Amino acid sequence: MTEWLLAPLAYTFMQRGLLASVMVGVLCAVVGCYVVLRSMAFLGDAMAHAILPGVSVAYLLKGNLMLGALAAAVAVALGISWVSRRQVIKEDTAIGILFSAALSLGIVLISSIQTYAVDLTHILFGNVLGVSPSDLWLTGGLGVLVLLSIGALYKEFLVISFDPVLAATIHLPVEALRTAMLILLALTIVVSLQTVGVGLVAAMLVTPAATAQLLTRRLPAMMLLSGGIGAFSSLSGLYLSYYVNVVSGAAIVLVATAVFLLVFLLEPRRGREAPFQRGRQ
Amino acid sequence: MMNPQEPARLDLDHVTVAYNSHLALSDVTLQVPHGARVAVVGPNGAGKSTLFKALVGLLPLRSGRVFIHGLPLGHHQDCVAYVPQREEVDWRFPVTVADVVMMGRYRRLGWLRRPEACDHRAVAASLERMRISDLAGAAIGELSGGQQQRVFLARALAQEPHILLMDEPFTGVDAATQEAVLALLEQLQTQGLTLMVSTHDLNLATSRFERVILLNRRLVAYGPPDRVFTPQTVRQAFGRHVLVLDQSMVVEECCPGEEEPGTATQ
Repeated sequence: MTEWLLAPLAYTFMQRGLLASVMVGVLCAVVGCYVVLRSMAFLGDAMAHAILPGVSVAYLLKGNLMLGALAAAVAVALGISWVSRRQVIKEDTAIGILFSAALSLGIVLISSIQTYAVDLTHILFGNVLGVSPSDLWLTGGLGVLVLLSIGALYKEFLVISFDPVLAATIHLPVEALRTAMLILLALTIVVSLQTVGVGLVAAMLVTPAATAQLLTRRLPAMMLLSGGIGAFSSLSGLYLSYYVNVVSGAAIVLVATAVFLLVFLLEPRRGREAPFQRGRQ
Repeated sequence: MMNPQEPARLDLDHVTVAYNSHLALSDVTLQVPHGARVAVVGPNGAGKSTLFKALVGLLPLRSGRVFIHGLPLGHHQDCVAYVPQREEVDWRFPVTVADVVMMGRYRRLGWLRRPEACDHRAVAASLERMRISDLAGAAIGELSGGQQQRVFLARALAQEPHILLMDEPFTGVDAATQEAVLALLEQLQTQGLTLMVSTHDLNLATSRFERVILLNRRLVAYGPPDRVFTPQTVRQAFGRHVLVLDQSMVVEECCPGEEEPGTATQ
């Protein structure tokens, strides 16, 4: 068993891949709690696809893919925030338009490259075994930045998510906080690019958080558990991909989904709709 | 009743609120004195929630002005607490009763600071006052309607406001909670709080409140209940959903009221 676990670690690229996967798994799962609670799943998915043009341009210019993605993601976050504030069209419609347009633009740009099939696959589904040391530093740095921000703005994010009316009555800058949350989401998605790719990042945002929501009654507990599930899924998914020889990003998502199904089917029903009885005479 | 030396606690001057092109409230002018207990009455879509949201600065005014303690809206930060309608809350959200009540302290806490002992004491006192201390650790989704109402009242108490706005607190709660809320309102009034409560129960408004604001997208009448509720004004406010019988009036409450535009955001 130990040998089975240690064998992949003999390769440096596997060590880096595992480290990156776990970091991304935890980060996505924690940020994903807000994605689930604020019903931003579609937004997260859209944002992931919308960074494709940024990646393509970076690729064409032989620059750092993550930096290209970062620029695109922040632009998209600000764009969505701006469009939805105008309230001329519904937010999900605006996202739908923006996201398909950006995806198409990205594919047009990439298809102008000779080896486009391989590169597109890496961008869409991740290439965890190609993680470089500098990618690892960028992932770690951005991940810590995002998690620290979520910790520092815990009260504010909690109120704008649970009760926007209270947030407004206590004069919180609701729009600025929403935009900040979108930018943190964008950073998370960029970091996830290496391991699960733009096609599957939505699953890593939503699935562990949804699983944790079934089992917890407070947000900090939900975030911790979700992070744990994210880490577990990433680790076991990567081992799965090593031994069964399948695409790693998809394997990670499938493990996360299996955990969700298990919890969903076995969850001890707490009778959420019933009046609370404990301790009442 | 009003002390002429002091500015009215709440002063609305030709207030008009609109969602896009739809006028939700037009040209409302009234003064609420310190420590008044006011019922806001009107049919669904009459602008009761709109009035409250305008008062806390949630909805921009199309025209007119709102003064609190004689100062324009926005000058006072902790002054007004708002208890939302129960339907506006996501009850599956992973927060406990104590978490929700603690949110009432967030304004005082400010950025980057965690709750301190005095905040925990304020939360415990608010819970105690609403008699839900034993529910502190319960998830809000596990509560009954009356318990949910008490949680949001406890949060409003933790805010230590001067003006308390409550949107339809008596809809869908048990008789015990209704009495508990009314008793609390009486207590708070003796402490000098100004209370505004929306309801479509005319009897409750008549028997338990000293002033009534009768709305139907505009101010129909304002004053003591016996002067506000005349067959003419009630018919103006409620249209054909009202039945006037000699001394009492019955409003048909089960009518599927139209949703107030803009209240179902997010």
